[in-house]
Order: sequence, then structure tokens, then C-alpha cells
Amino acid sequence: MRNIDWLQLTAFVGILLLLTKPMGLYLGQVLDAKGKTWLDWLIRPGERLTYRVLGINPAEEQNWQRYTLAMLWFSLVGMIFSYVILRVQQWLPLNPQKFGALTPHLAFNTAASFTTNTNWQSYGGESTMSYLSQMVALTIHNFTSAAVGIALAAALVRGIARHTAKTIGNFWVDLVRVTYYLLLPLCFIYALVLVSQGMIQNFQPNATAKLTETYTVQVAKVDDKGQPVTTNVPVMIQVPKLDDQKQAVLSNGAPVLVDAPKLDEKGQPVMTNITVMVDQTITEQSIPEGPMASQVAIKMLGTNGGGYTNANAAHPFENPTPLANFLQMLSIFAIPTGLTYYLGRMTKNQGHGWAVWGAMFALFLVAALVCWWAEAAGNPIHQKMGIAVADGNFEGKEVRFGIFNSALFATVTTDASCGAVNSMHDSFTGLGGLIPMLNIQLGELVFGGVGAGLYGMLVFVILAVFIAGLMVGRTPEYLGKKIGAYEVKACLLSMLVLALSILGFTAWAAVTDWGKAGLNNSGPHGLSEILYAFTSCTGNNGSAFAGLTANEPWYNTTLGLATLIGRFLMIVPIMALAGSLAGKKISPQSVGTFPVSGPTFTILLIGTVLLVGALTYLPALALGPVVEHFLTAQGKLF
Amino acid sequence: MTHKAPSLFDWNIAGPAILDAFRKLNPRAMVKNPVMFVTLIGAILTTVDVFLPTTERGIIAQIALWLWFTVLFANFAEAVAEGRGKAQANSLRKTRTNTVAQKVRADGKLEQIDANSLRKGDVVLVHAGEIIPGDGEVVLGAATVDESAITGESAPVVRESGGDRSAVTGGTRVLSDEIQIRITADPGHGFLDRMISLVEGAKRQKTPNEIALTIMLAALTLIFMFVIMALKPMGIYSGAAFSIPVLIALLVCLIPTTIGGLLSAIGIAGMDRLLQRNVLAMSGRAVEAAGDVDVLLLDKTGTITLGNRQATEFIPAPGVPEQELADAAQLSSLADETPEGRSVVVLAKKFGIRAREIHELPNAQFVKFTAQTRMSGVDLGGVQYRKGAAEAIYKFANCGAAPEVMQAVERVARGGGTPLLVATRDKILGVIHLKDIVKGGLPERFKRLRAMGIKTVMITGDNKLTAAAIALEAGVDDFLAEAKPEDKLALIRKEQQGGRMIAMIGDGTNDAPALAQADVGVAMNTGTQAAKEAGNMVDLDSNPTKLLEIIEIGKQLLITRGALTTFSIANDVAKYFAIIPAMLMTTFPAISSLNIMHLQSSGSAILSAVIFNALIIVFLIPLALRGVKFQAIGALQILQRNLLIYGAGGVIIPFVGIKLIDILITSLHLA
Repeated sequence: MRNIDWLQLTAFVGILLLLTKPMGLYLGQVLDAKGKTWLDWLIRPGERLTYRVLGINPAEEQNWQRYTLAMLWFSLVGMIFSYVILRVQQWLPLNPQKFGALTPHLAFNTAASFTTNTNWQSYGGESTMSYLSQMVALTIHNFTSAAVGIALAAALVRGIARHTAKTIGNFWVDLVRVTYYLLLPLCFIYALVLVSQGMIQNFQPNATAKLTETYTVQVAKVDDKGQPVTTNVPVMIQVPKLDDQKQAVLSNGAPVLVDAPKLDEKGQPVMTNITVMVDQTITEQSIPEGPMASQVAIKMLGTNGGGYTNANAAHPFENPTPLANFLQMLSIFAIPTGLTYYLGRMTKNQGHGWAVWGAMFALFLVAALVCWWAEAAGNPIHQKMGIAVADGNFEGKEVRFGIFNSALFATVTTDASCGAVNSMHDSFTGLGGLIPMLNIQLGELVFGGVGAGLYGMLVFVILAVFIAGLMVGRTPEYLGKKIGAYEVKACLLSMLVLALSILGFTAWAAVTDWGKAGLNNSGPHGLSEILYAFTSCTGNNGSAFAGLTANEPWYNTTLGLATLIGRFLMIVPIMALAGSLAGKKISPQSVGTFPVSGPTFTILLIGTVLLVGALTYLPALALGPVVEHFLTAQGKLF
Repeated sequence: MTHKAPSLFDWNIAGPAILDAFRKLNPRAMVKNPVMFVTLIGAILTTVDVFLPTTERGIIAQIALWLWFTVLFANFAEAVAEGRGKAQANSLRKTRTNTVAQKVRADGKLEQIDANSLRKGDVVLVHAGEIIPGDGEVVLGAATVDESAITGESAPVVRESGGDRSAVTGGTRVLSDEIQIRITADPGHGFLDRMISLVEGAKRQKTPNEIALTIMLAALTLIFMFVIMALKPMGIYSGAAFSIPVLIALLVCLIPTTIGGLLSAIGIAGMDRLLQRNVLAMSGRAVEAAGDVDVLLLDKTGTITLGNRQATEFIPAPGVPEQELADAAQLSSLADETPEGRSVVVLAKKFGIRAREIHELPNAQFVKFTAQTRMSGVDLGGVQYRKGAAEAIYKFANCGAAPEVMQAVERVARGGGTPLLVATRDKILGVIHLKDIVKGGLPERFKRLRAMGIKTVMITGDNKLTAAAIALEAGVDDFLAEAKPEDKLALIRKEQQGGRMIAMIGDGTNDAPALAQADVGVAMNTGTQAAKEAGNMVDLDSNPTKLLEIIEIGKQLLITRGALTTFSIANDVAKYFAIIPAMLMTTFPAISSLNIMHLQSSGSAILSAVIFNALIIVFLIPLALRGVKFQAIGALQILQRNLLIYGAGGVIIPFVGIKLIDILITSLHLA
């Protein structure tokens, strides 16, 4: 934990704070259908044209049911669109590498994942996707899914701010305005900045480099027709070693095991087909090219996280300089932090906006410090063997970024529902890896995904108000609105869905063959890999613990379902909440009403997030990263 | 006097409550409380496990036992609260002795019938010494009535036909005269009956907030059920075979059993506390609404001021001795039976004017006050003494008023008093200062309300000037002057439009619409039947300042619920630290670093958590029944205080409790 790192943390926090108000004010202009922005001269004509072409009346508002239905239809059509493109990319242009169609399950997983702002990637982008697929099937969702998230947050905030209202805005107008006024201009500038740092932006086919040092890998042998060659071999199993008297040989009380062919009922060895592997000498390296900066800009700003390359932000092209790394982390939080200011402004209670910001900030800071500390402390096993790197656990980390920038990136990307990574979360220490996982399980509400973070946090705000609000001796009120059975139902339904998806799928995968087949590691670390995958997908994060081979029919399908459940089943109750709150009267504030600003409320909110949010996942975490942490301390690895 | 609250564990209540706790195990009743229903299922499953082959039978049997205790303790809490309510109800019911009523038939003849066969609309005749057979309204005559049976107040009250003092309650006794009463409620449907059934809990319906809270608790229970169900397969993956009793123990410890077990007891106890203060609430909803009140509408007369104005000062006109003014004032007020008139006579005595009786002045001609003349007085020995409103006297007197007199009139009016002029035909003698006397201690009470964020509005028929002066003296926040009954209704509607909750207290028939409109309408027991029907509470003591206590009880009820919910959820932290290491210790011995309480063994850790979880319900029963202490301070301070006690305390206390139980059961070799 070096001084220079502390300095960088301070700079990060300071700029984040400075960014909050201007971003919030601009969001206020963008999210008001009649709002004026400094870009009106440029964009207004295009906006008007879009409404005319699509037949949208921007003056007309929608109630929560119509708003939600519009969002669901839009997402469904977008998802089908992407699915189709991914299935037929071999026939479409802009495919210099001649990549084939994706398998149905991978196409489903990818379409669902990008539609839901998850960007979980069961594939390696540079070796799977044509440029057209990257730009049209995927990048479009990077914009629209982010715009949808911001629109939904705005609709909820309107529901809170309005009184005795039937409508919460117009989904189409929100979608168009957020995309045109916020995401496109910001990304345009941001992409240029990234290019200035050395990030690539072109349409060339992959470049080929001759290796100065060749190396050998094992690949499947193929016949003339390109089919893999297979051979029959006996299946081997482990059996107890027997001595002359047919008694099991014991060692320290446990039977000694030896390999033996598995026999069927007739005593014949059971045979199986395996692919024949041959050595191949690698003399060339394919270097990815393509329109990277434009995709990375929206990947970070829209908290999408889907990498252009498989290595994501760890790839030197995708994260060329320390400044690029710093800006990428900052851009994840840029819109979410502004949304807290927007909340305060809309509800005419800026103190409340800052109280929510404060809770998010505290949760961020503690998580970042714990993760940084755990990684900086390093691996005790290495240290005992005297081979430890001086400053921490460097496995799976880019040396360019080091411990601090890897830990901070991991915290930021999981605080928000971004999921871009610049290091292998799988290689983090037990405790260090627990932080990203817990961040997602809390609901990614620490600044959070664009929009999703705010509405996720507001669910906890309402829950905190409901539980503690009673303690001031009044029926709980949130900013003057009574919180009754309907609101409680909506809030808890959205939490219930997340818990059910994360824990249900993990438990299922942990005891099935398809679940265990994908694991690279055994023991608690293996469980962490499964838990992380379903957590990441349900939470619409998209980062991977890695170590899990997920590009298989079962995982692709279940993970795809998890992204859909985590997004849409959570959103519907939250929109119902927005509709119900919009219709309520606002009773005036007095010294007797529940204060939703100030440090007391911030502490209460943090407590509620930790007690209600974290406790749900504690038993599962105990079996995964927590046990691993203690076992590592005892010198056991997985 | 108020009905005395039974001590917390009166054996007469606790005894039957223990039986009731078992009776309430009926699953059909339990299912209404999802948290305790899950606990019950857990207890049953664990009990079954005791009889399956196992090496841990001792521990499992103890877990099963304590799970049963958890359910029974919760049932006991509810039964005690109901028992206390029943005890109150029984003391009310004692007034319901079967009486014979004399029904007045249509032809005017009397008929002796049993009080129980009286129906709404029947008219009965009640003589002195008889018990009034049912709730009703006096239609003929006036009588003094002893209502001590229900109010505990020994002084008899007057009940008469017409006006705002016409309602009588079944079970009270007529002391003098005879009255005819039209019965307004069928037997078993009087407000006393309604109240008894509410207190007994049999017909108690959940209030809106209670429903919302139950939903939250049920949802949390559901989430924790997922957590536990998912734990089993994850355990199989990890090579840790979690047994059913251990998983159930963890589940029961995590679900909010503390608040789940005490929730209904808190609600019943709230109604009960109101009854101890002689307020009958018609629904639990009204009690809850009382906590939410933002604006308090208070009638000036009787609530803020002592019923009537009193003469406090004589201001003689220039050249008139005070003695002469006092004498004339007394003469003009002799026949004035109003309290104001009497106070003039009393004040005159202080100037050495001998009290005179009307019969001493046989030749005197008394002139009554009328709305037209706005004067009253006496013609005695050719002199016309008059006292009355300033305008009326200016017209009556042949001479003009001295500027000093006019100044005095203005000064009195501006100070919130009522100026009365005393005059003869040729001379204005001076001014009587009638003043509203504000009740003692009110400004402090209003200050308390203000600290709670509640606005007080005084309602009066007085003019603005007078109203403003009294409002200032009493310390209310606002006033509505020259108010007609419909103005009151309009004010309530306006405030409600602005999202505020309104409480008011009233007694007259013309208050009924406002009482019905208000969120909390407290009718006085002395009031009309219409008022009582319209409101949602009845104050048996007919004490207008009772509203303040009602609000405090409402707030206390909500605070108690919130505090125990927070406590219950905060408890989970320690229980995790007890049970999770215990569950994993055999498979992953390394996890024992997480056993920060250093509990003896995995068996004792799990058992200690379960025992703590059960016992905490019992320990909190007194708090649930008595309510969390309420202070009239701002919401922020209350929140900070309660968060510290029940939030932070809720995290810490179970660590201590579980450790102590662990030491105890280990030393007793129970685990």
C-alpha cells in the first residue's frame, strides 16, 4: 500500500466528487422532455425527426404499466435482433476473419447478456465476433441497455418526486434523449481521448506478427475433412490398492488409491472416445484490430463491461496507459454519481441526494480498501516458501497496473454493474475475491450500473425508511409519501428475485454434472467460481471470476436466464413501486417526520444494505471465499 | 381515575395465557403469522428427526424442545396481551347487569321488557335509581346520571334532551328525575360491546402498517428459506452434509422470530393502553393514525380556555368612582345566570359590594339578554342599569362616550378580552373586562407537540383580534377565528389535501361531519350520539386535552414495532457468527477462526443460538406490552436514540447472550 497509490485514490475520490454536481445538473436537463441543453442546436432537429419517424408524441406521458411494457417490448425486439445477427454473421459483411455462426446457446446467452446490460461473455470477442456483430449486435445494446437503465431510474425518481400523478414519463422520449444528448456526445469525446492514449480504432483484418521465440501447444488432430480424429481408450478410475490378502492397503488410516481400468458387468473394460492431440508449433501471433475505442467508450460509460478482446481491460490495446486506466475507472462511476445529484434535485432535497451518495461512497471506500489490503498482503503460502513478490499477490494481474490499480478496478467494476476487468478476479486472494462478489450480491448499488445502481439503492432506501421509519413514531414516510404494504411488497419482490436466482442456480449447478464439468478448480474455490458466475449474471455485471468454462449449453442457457431474471423480474416490481409512489400525496416535512438526509440516515442506509443485503449471501460466501481465505492461511490451495 | 393496568405478569392473566399458548398452536391460526408458522413447521420436522437414527440425539432433542418453546413463547406473548385486554373488558362488562327496561309503546303505555330484547329505535323510560338499559339519546326530560361505572368519575353529570348533552351509555345509573331515552344500538352492538371485542383480540383486524410489516417479515422469511435450501446442495458439493435439524436451527435463528412473535402483542397492548386512559378506540387503525397526526384542531372553549370568560377588571369612566361602577355592574348582572354574569357578581364582591339576592329587590324589573338588544340589566327605582356590548350601549346611552372609555374598550378587545360597557340612560359608568382564562400548563404541552412536529390550530367563534390574543397566550401555532361548523370541515379538507393528517376532538352534533372527516376524531362521552358515531374514538372522561395522550400512545405503538423489528434483524449478525462456524467446523477446521465468541463445540454453539432466540422473546414481552419509552423530541433525535439502543444494541446483545448461554449449557453438560 504505497504512498503513490494513496495519492491516486485521493485523486479518484476527489474527481468523482467534483463530477457529481455538473453531471447531475446535465442529467436533469436531459431527463426533462422539455429540458434545454447546450447541444440543442445540434441535436434537437435529429431528436424531432426521430419522434416524427417513429410516431412518438413527446408531450404524451405514460403510466407505469405502459412505460414498463414499452421497455419490455423494446428489449425483446432488441434481443431477437441481436440473436439473429449472431446466428447469421457468416453471411453478413464486415467479417474479414470469416468467423462462423455462433451456436444457438451462445447466441442466446450473448443476446440476453447484452440486452440486459450484463455483457457476460462466454466467448472471446476477437476470435468469435465479426466487426459487424461487435458494432451492430453488441455495441447498439451497449447504448440502448444503458439508456434503458437511466430511463428507468429517472422514471422511479419522478415517481418519488411527483405527487398525485398518474404518469412517470415517456419511455421513448427518455430513451431517445439519453442516447442522443448524453451517451453519444460523451462517448464521442471519450473515444477520441482513448484514441489519443493509443487505443486502436480501425476496420483492418487482424495483423500477423512473426514470433521471435516459437512455442509448442497441443491441438486436436484433424483429418482431411477437417473433422477431429478420435481414438478408443479404456476409462480409468481410482480403486483402493489391495494387498495379497485382498485387504485394502491403508496409509494413515485412509485407503491408498491406484488407477485401474473401469470394468463393466461382464468384466470388460469400459471404453470411451477421446480426441487425438498432436503438437503444433506456433510461429505467428494474430494481433487484434478493429473499432475498439468507440466500443470501449460506451462499455465503460454505460457500465456495460463487455470487452472488445477476451482479456478485456487487461489487453494493452484496450487499456493502453495509466491515464486510460484511471479514466476508465472514473467513467464507470461518472453517470451513476450524477444520478444521486439528480435524485436530490428532483425531490427538492439535495441533502437526501448527498446522503445516498455518502452511503454509496462509504461502501465503496471500505470495499476498495479491504480488497487492496488483501491483495497487497499477498499469498501467505508464497511468503512461507520465500518466493513472494515484495508487494502482494501478483498472480493474474497486469504488471502495468500493479496491485492497487487492479484492486481498485475490481472494486469499481463490481460496485457498478460494469464488469470490465483489468485483472483475473479468479486469482485474487480469498478475501480479495470476496469483495467483488459481495459487491455484486449487494445489488451493485454502490454508484452502481447506470440507472440500475440508483434504483437498486432506492429499494434499500425505502426498506430502511420502512424499518427504521417506525422508530420515530409515525407510519413510515419517504419524502412525505407513506410506505405501505404495496411498496414493501414491490421492494422485497425485487430482492427476492435476485436471491432466488443467485442462490438457486448456484445450488443447482453445484450438485449437477454439467455444473461441475465447467470447473477448473476444486473445493471452495470451485464453488466461488460457480457462485460468481451466477452472481455476475443475475446482477447484470458480466465480469467473470474466470476459471469456469461457461461456453457450454447448460451454462450458456442458465446464465442467460439469470441475466434476464436479474434485469426484468427486478425491474417490473420497481416500476410498480414508481407508479404507486407517483400517485401518493406528499405530506409536508416537519421536525416530526423521518429525516432522509444527514449522517444518521447515511449510517442507517449502510446498515440496512449490509444487514438485509449481505446476510442473505453470507452462508454461501462462507462455503466459498471465506473458507478459502482461512484454508489459504493454513497453506492449502485449490 | 383510570382503569388500573394489571401488573405485567399478574398470575390471573399469566395462568390462562399459558394454556392459551398451547391452544394457539392450531395451524389454522398460526398460518396468519408466517414467521411463527415456519418456526412451528421447523419444530415439527426437528421433533421427527429426534426419532430417526442419529448420533446427535441429545442435541437434536434439545433443539426441538427450544423450537417448540420459541413458538409457545410467541403465543404466550399474544395471550398475555389479550388477557390484559380481557381483564379490562371484564371490568367494563360488569356494568352490563341484566336490567328490566320500561319500554314506551306507540300508544304511550309502558311495557316491562328485558333490556336484552330492546332494539334500535325503542323508547324507554328510566326513573331515578334505575340503570339505563342501553346506549341511547335522551328525547324527553333531564336527569343527573352517575357514569362512574365507565368513566371512574364519581361526580354525576347532567343529561338532557336536545343540545349536546343528550347521549347516555348503557350501564350507567340515573340519580335524579326521569328521562325518556331512544335506544340507538341493538344489544351487543353498543360501542362498549364493540370496544370489548376489539380489546379481546377476537375480532381484531390487522392495521395497515401491521399488514405491511407482516408482509416484510414474511418476505424476509422466504428469502432466508431460499438461503437455507440452497445451503444443502452447496454443502453436498463442499463435502459437508448439513443435517436437517442444524439447517432448521439456522433458519429459525435467521428469520425475524422476535418481532414476528411479538407483533400482535404490541398491537393489542396499544389498544389496551388507550383503554387504561379511558379512551375507547373503535379500530386499531385509528390508534395508528394517531401517531401520524400532523395537525391538531382544538376548540378554544373548554379545551384551551376554562369553559367560560370571567370578569377580571372594572375600568371606570372618567369621574366615576370604581365603587359606583362595581355596584351598577353587580345590579345589572343579578339576574344573569350565565357564568360570565356570575363572575361579574363575584368580582364586585371584591370592591366591598354586598351580595344582593333577587328577592331583596321586589320592585326590580329584570331585562333579559336578547340577540337584538345585546344588553341585559335591571330597572330599579326609575334607573335603567344596563350592561352589554359596546355598540349596543353607545346607542342605549343618551350621552356620548368619553374618549377614555372608548380607548379602554379598544385596549381590552386588543388584549383578547371582551369589553362590556355598564351604563344608565344618562351616563356610561365604565368597562367590565371579561377575559378568557387559559388552562394551566398548556403552553408547555403545545411546545412538546411542536417538538414532535405537530401543529396546533385553535378554533373559535371569537373575532380575529380576540382569537389572536388567546392563541398567543396559549402558545398554539395557528387559529381559525369566527369559525362556523362548516369552516371546521373546510379546514380539515384543506389540510388533508396538503397531505396532512388531522386530529380533532368534538362533542356536538354539529361537530359530527368534521369528526368523521378528521383522521383521528375523538368524541367526548358527554357528547351527542351523532358525534360518537362519527368519530373513531370516544373519550370516557370527556377531557379535551386527552388528545395529546392519544397521540403519544399512537407514536409509542409504532416506535415499539420499529424498535423490535430493527432489534430482530440486527440480531442475525451474532447468530451467523455462532452457527456458520459450528456448521463448517467438522469439514473445514480452519473456519474455527471465525468462532470469535469461542463457543465450546458446534453443538453448544447451535443450541446457544436457538436458546437465545427463544428466550429473547420472553425478555421482550414486558417491553412489547409497556411500549418503548416515548419522548417529545424531534424525529432525528428519536431516530438516533433508538438506532443506538435497538440497532447497535441488537448487534451486540446477542453476542453476550449467546456466549453466556454457551457457558451455562456447557457447565451443565447439556452439550
